[in-house]
Amino acid sequence: MLRVAVAIAMKDLRQRLRDRSAIILALVVPFALTFIFSQSLSDVTGGEVTFDYAIADLDGGSASQGFIGALRELEQEDVVSLRIATTREQAINLAGEGDVQASFVIPADFSEAVATNEAVMIEVFGNADAPIGTTVAESMAERFLQEVRAVQASIATAAGNLAEPDFDALATRAAEFPNPITVEDVSASRKELDANTFYAAGMAVFFLFFTVQFGVTGLLEERRDGTMRRLLVAPAPRSAILLGKLLTGFVLGVVSTAILAVLSTFLLDADWGSGVGVGILIVAGVIAAVSITALVASFANSVEQAGSALGIIALVFGALGGSFFPVSQAGGFIQQVSLITPHSWFLRGLSELQSGGEVVDIWPSVLALLVFTAVTAAIASRRLGKAVQA
Amino acid sequence: MTATTPDQSAAPATSALRCEGLSKSFGDLQAVKNVSFHIERGETYGLLGPNGAGKTTTISMVCGVLARDEGEVLVDGQSMSSGSVDVKSLIGYVPQDLAIYPDLTASENMRFFARLYGLSRNDANSRIDEVLDTIGLSDRAGDLVKTYSGGMKRRLNIGLGMLHRPKLLILDEPTVGVDPQSRNAILENVDQLSGEGMAVLYTTHYMEEAERLCDRVGIIDEGELKAEGTRRELVSLVGEHDRIQIEGAGDLEAGVAAVRDLPAVREASVAGQVISLIVNEARNTLPELLSTITGTGVQVRSIDVAEPDLEAVFLHLTGKALRD
Ligand SMILES: Nc1ncnc2c1ncn2[C@@H]1O[C@H](COP(=O)(O)OP(=O)(O)OP(=O)(O)O)[C@@H](O)[C@H]1O
Ligand SMILES: [Mg+2]
Repeated sequence: MLRVAVAIAMKDLRQRLRDRSAIILALVVPFALTFIFSQSLSDVTGGEVTFDYAIADLDGGSASQGFIGALRELEQEDVVSLRIATTREQAINLAGEGDVQASFVIPADFSEAVATNEAVMIEVFGNADAPIGTTVAESMAERFLQEVRAVQASIATAAGNLAEPDFDALATRAAEFPNPITVEDVSASRKELDANTFYAAGMAVFFLFFTVQFGVTGLLEERRDGTMRRLLVAPAPRSAILLGKLLTGFVLGVVSTAILAVLSTFLLDADWGSGVGVGILIVAGVIAAVSITALVASFANSVEQAGSALGIIALVFGALGGSFFPVSQAGGFIQQVSLITPHSWFLRGLSELQSGGEVVDIWPSVLALLVFTAVTAAIASRRLGKAVQA
Repeated sequence: MTATTPDQSAAPATSALRCEGLSKSFGDLQAVKNVSFHIERGETYGLLGPNGAGKTTTISMVCGVLARDEGEVLVDGQSMSSGSVDVKSLIGYVPQDLAIYPDLTASENMRFFARLYGLSRNDANSRIDEVLDTIGLSDRAGDLVKTYSGGMKRRLNIGLGMLHRPKLLILDEPTVGVDPQSRNAILENVDQLSGEGMAVLYTTHYMEEAERLCDRVGIIDEGELKAEGTRRELVSLVGEHDRIQIEGAGDLEAGVAAVRDLPAVREASVAGQVISLIVNEARNTLPELLSTITGTGVQVRSIDVAEPDLEAVFLHLTGKALRD
């Protein structure tokens, strides 16, 4: 049984290696795309993602200076680049026209409101095309306001009915208070944005769904080419033939993804994280991809039919799952939907590893991928029994 | 599957192949109807029939590629089913349509199937050389099959079937689309293999091939095995007789008068220098016939024996010609 499966897989792999289009699809195209994406992105950002913000400080008091000071600190870290707007309108326009990703407007009575214990707010205007930058800006403002409210509360208790608020002291305290916005905070929400790794992994998992096809569609090819008759006459159970094809897909998937990981690490400075974790993720991702393509192929009557069906699945899953843009940052509905794709789980696991996570941190992802495998394999195995025929 | 007990009186239980009551339908079309036959070791059995007769369908059931609706297949005494791995290793199969990998070389094709059949590496290597030699592809063994000519592909297709020294070699119209020279080579190969004790099941719609190659022939049409037997048995079934034409010199009328009384002679006539006879079993009668004629002083210059052929048999059995 295993001997036959291995013989079939080795024969298939030999055929696939001879077929340039398989190699191009599995390795050349994904690597080239990763390279192009990473180049075009680093042209704009100098290799790092920087958020462009504008701020209109209509208050000019010490409390608003606390916020600007915090942003200036981030500017030092190249996380933020800050432009100063003089009016609310100018700030809104800068964001609206895409000169910046988002604008902060600190209202005129901000410092006074802090001091008099009234409700405080900072307006954030985002550019519609920069949802991530806007989200980050909102969370920065929200973080700062939370700290301010905490300070307000403590002042109210400590100073009772202080007639003349000491703005300087307040600003100092606001600044001293566990730093309202730290680089770590922001980079936590940026952790999937290491561009090169993101695109390398995104492309790798996207093309994985094309690569593993070369396994199971081999069944249809053998039927088309008449060689299935010979396989069926050979002393081998049908399940061995099927297993051989799945094995082909598995090997192709693991090898091509591993090569892409290594290439992008050395040539594009991507950082996939711990080797063991990446290995586990790749294997789990590949078997999920193999079972899903097997299920799709089991509904097809011809190689061409299977090819186009699998192409559509790969595209839809790729787009939803975050192969092209970081869906996990989009929030809301899209993010929920992305959970039905193995891609999102694979990328999620990888981002855990990249941000220093250990193998234990990727178990949710691995488990999700195994669930995809179990469900699709269960259905596919029933159907594919019939596919192994002349 | 209905297991019918093999009829011990018809043949030994360990015939290389016994088929009993094979039937197969595709929807409303009954492609094979209650077909039974057996093949002994070293015997070459031909299934002769026109397009769509059910030859491939029958063979597919024999090989276990196709599930049979009814009937039993025993290969070397063991029942065949799609899952019977041991039985399958006894069979070598040459499909009607090419079943080879064009993007592999002939050697690679062979090595792959040798592995499927569990040949050891050494055994495989020597056997591959042997078969490549037999099918005349040794020179091109390292070339990709897609660069081969049609006839070369056919030969490889056949070579793959005999690689593991099967007890029963099944060839489904192996010579279709092959030039006369290659066809000859193929027929010689098959002849040689059966000489080595291999049982051969050979389907064809070429009467000449069946006549030349097969010890026994089954005539199949519209899914039914109409008749089977040796060529002679089949021909005698028709009730036709051999035509003998003797060209001679001397008193031909006297010669005719002399042979006319022989029991095997049905009809005798003279036209010019030629005596025309219709006889039963020319082969057996010919010596007596000749000695009788030469006994009357006639000098025999040439003899032409025309036996009725399988074409005539097919015509007789089905009322239609074997080929369109
Ligand atoms: N898979 C199938 N589905 C439906 N009908 C089939 C199938 N295979 C064969 N048939 C039908 O069964 C009949 C017998 O076909 P078969 O292939 O056995 O003929 P054959 O004797 O091998 O003919 P040929 O000399 O053309 O190869 C034909 O009418 C054919 O159309
Ligand atoms: Mg046929």
